[in-house]
Amino acid sequence: MTQDQHTMVALVADRPGVLNRVASLFRRRGFNIDSIAVGHTEQKGVSRMTIVVNGDEATIEQVRKQLDKVIDVIKLSDITESSIVDRELALIKVRSTPETRSEIMQIVDIFRAKIVDVAPDSVIIEVTGDTDKIDSLFNLLHNFGIKEMARSGRLAMTRGSNL
Amino acid sequence: MKLNGAQIVCESLIREGVEVIFGYPGGVLLPFYDTLLQYPQLRHILVRHEQGAAHAADGYARATGRVGVCLATSGPGATNLVTGIANAQMDSSPVLAITGQVVRPLLGKDGFQEVDITGITLPITKHNYLIMDAGDVARTFKEAFHIATTGRMGTVLVDIPKDVFTDEAEFQYPAKVSLPGYKPVTRGHPAQIRKATELINRSLRPVIIAGRGVTLSRAFDELKELAEKAQVPVITTLLGISCFPENHVLSHGMLGMHGLAHVNMAVSHADLVIAIGMRFDDRATAMVSGFAPQASVIHIDIDPAEIGKNVRVDIPIVGDSKNVLRELCKLIEVNTHMDWLRQLDTWQHEHPSTAIRDGHDLLPQYVISTISDITDGDAVIVTGVGQHQMWSAQHYCYKKPNSLISSGGLGTMGFELPAAVGAKVGRPDEPVWCICGDGGFQMTMQELGTIAQERLAVKVVIINNGYLGMVRQWQDLFYGRRYIATPLSGPDFQKIAEAYGIRALRVTERGEVEPAVRTAMDHDGPFILEFVVEPEENVYPMVPPGASLADIIEPPVRQTLGAMPNFNL
Repeated sequence: MTQDQHTMVALVADRPGVLNRVASLFRRRGFNIDSIAVGHTEQKGVSRMTIVVNGDEATIEQVRKQLDKVIDVIKLSDITESSIVDRELALIKVRSTPETRSEIMQIVDIFRAKIVDVAPDSVIIEVTGDTDKIDSLFNLLHNFGIKEMARSGRLAMTRGSNL
Repeated sequence: MKLNGAQIVCESLIREGVEVIFGYPGGVLLPFYDTLLQYPQLRHILVRHEQGAAHAADGYARATGRVGVCLATSGPGATNLVTGIANAQMDSSPVLAITGQVVRPLLGKDGFQEVDITGITLPITKHNYLIMDAGDVARTFKEAFHIATTGRMGTVLVDIPKDVFTDEAEFQYPAKVSLPGYKPVTRGHPAQIRKATELINRSLRPVIIAGRGVTLSRAFDELKELAEKAQVPVITTLLGISCFPENHVLSHGMLGMHGLAHVNMAVSHADLVIAIGMRFDDRATAMVSGFAPQASVIHIDIDPAEIGKNVRVDIPIVGDSKNVLRELCKLIEVNTHMDWLRQLDTWQHEHPSTAIRDGHDLLPQYVISTISDITDGDAVIVTGVGQHQMWSAQHYCYKKPNSLISSGGLGTMGFELPAAVGAKVGRPDEPVWCICGDGGFQMTMQELGTIAQERLAVKVVIINNGYLGMVRQWQDLFYGRRYIATPLSGPDFQKIAEAYGIRALRVTERGEVEPAVRTAMDHDGPFILEFVVEPEENVYPMVPPGASLADIIEPPVRQTLGAMPNFNL
């Protein structure tokens, strides 16, 4: 069966242990999480998890159903097929010398990223975008030598009024 | 009204209709137990090990359909509950486990008898709570009972720090629960029910496979109506046994690894499987790809996550069995399925799986079938796990709804004795027979102390073959008869019984079985019957692991009979 990447949004009760419940479920049932991002929402007491998961159709259906069974999961939507805006934030620390710095800056400009810290031998680049964009930037910067990278995992929202 | 946390727990339990708590005290529970003195309407039964408390609560829940409550102290008390909690949750038993916890300032500091029991039980409960404020106790209990008893029933654990028991809070028991993330579907979708109706009406070789969900939703009458109206043979899973009277002409018994041969053949030839409140466990389906190869599958279950999990389903219906069957019964046509039913009878006649060899040997099958005859299929049977469990499933004729209590999903040896405690407490006026193997009995036989102290008239049957019989059977059939770690010496069970002040008999001859069973039955009080049976008797039929239901091993014409291993008994 074909493996597909799915993006799910779970609105969950903002209680201790909720992340543990969700993570434990993925581990126990053998589901693969590509990324998970958690934060507050506009509603008090409700957190939002954006979960990116890989699997065949049957696995994804089980992921959906099992997540729905978690009492603290208030609402679960698989938004893979919807029209969505999805973003990820990455901080990339790249080795730089006086010779390479301008070339790096050019690449950063093209990607509409930002340099947020400069040190004698490295710069930190902040970039937001979808996963592909971040991957492409990463690949271009690779030759300069990447010292460190931190990615937030995907955040996603459907366009218009439907969740 | 201001009450302390312990009082709020008791008030909440009373409001939820709880009458019995199976528990074991300890340091952090002292304030709770002290409070319990003020509530004589809450009967406390002291077990001999916390695992027994969880199994007893589970047995009580299975016997009565009401929430079984167990209580243990923090640390080792809580961890001792774990097997019982997992067992109850696997079989969708509505159990509430209450554990004491160290005082809040010590939480996370590895204090004396601290263990993260909510962390430990997270994957084996339907939900769990750690209460950090006395003001949350009432709401938590309201939610816990609601979650345990609705949707797919299950086990909920509530962990309460000692100082929450002693803190005061305003008490008002909430009238409603507010759980926005929890809305179980109980009514089947009408369009799906219509589609199922068409399939049932059209089918030529249908079978019903009924599971524990039928018992949990008390859909006995609805199942009977469906089966009779459409004349569909009724097959059950292990935990479905007794959801349909086994003396009914449409009853055919259990499917699966040790299912009856003609039943497994029927499933393998059926053109329609109507699965009700069962979850296609691997012991029931055997190899999934070979399961019911010619059949369309209608799957009725209250848990959407069970649908399509193990077996491909043509028509899923999410809902409570009772509701869905009621709707189905209205729509289906009267049918006869004469040829199909006759075919099953022919198979049954040609493959008599429950026939018992003649002779003088004391066969375990003969013991169970004698108990069945003498109790007229009217007792509540509680079993452990292994050969004696399968023989109890095959050779007892269950006539009464909800009369088999057995550990299915988790397969917990030692479940039987404490579960029988719970069953007898829950149904004191009915005969409760606890059928054990000599292995499982020795795992939890300390609960004889509970039986003696509470004067529970449980009839305990020990099928003593001197082996861990089911494992020995696999070593026999699949590991070249190399017996390791399965020969098992036991104590003198007569002396064990005597030590607890319980009457007992040892039976070694076939001719003694009937009078012994009658003596036990007529005795007013607990009784232990030990049957020293053929040591190397195997359970047949058997579908070997990795094979499909149609690949049935039937009993060899003459079994090799080995000698009883020689131990210093």
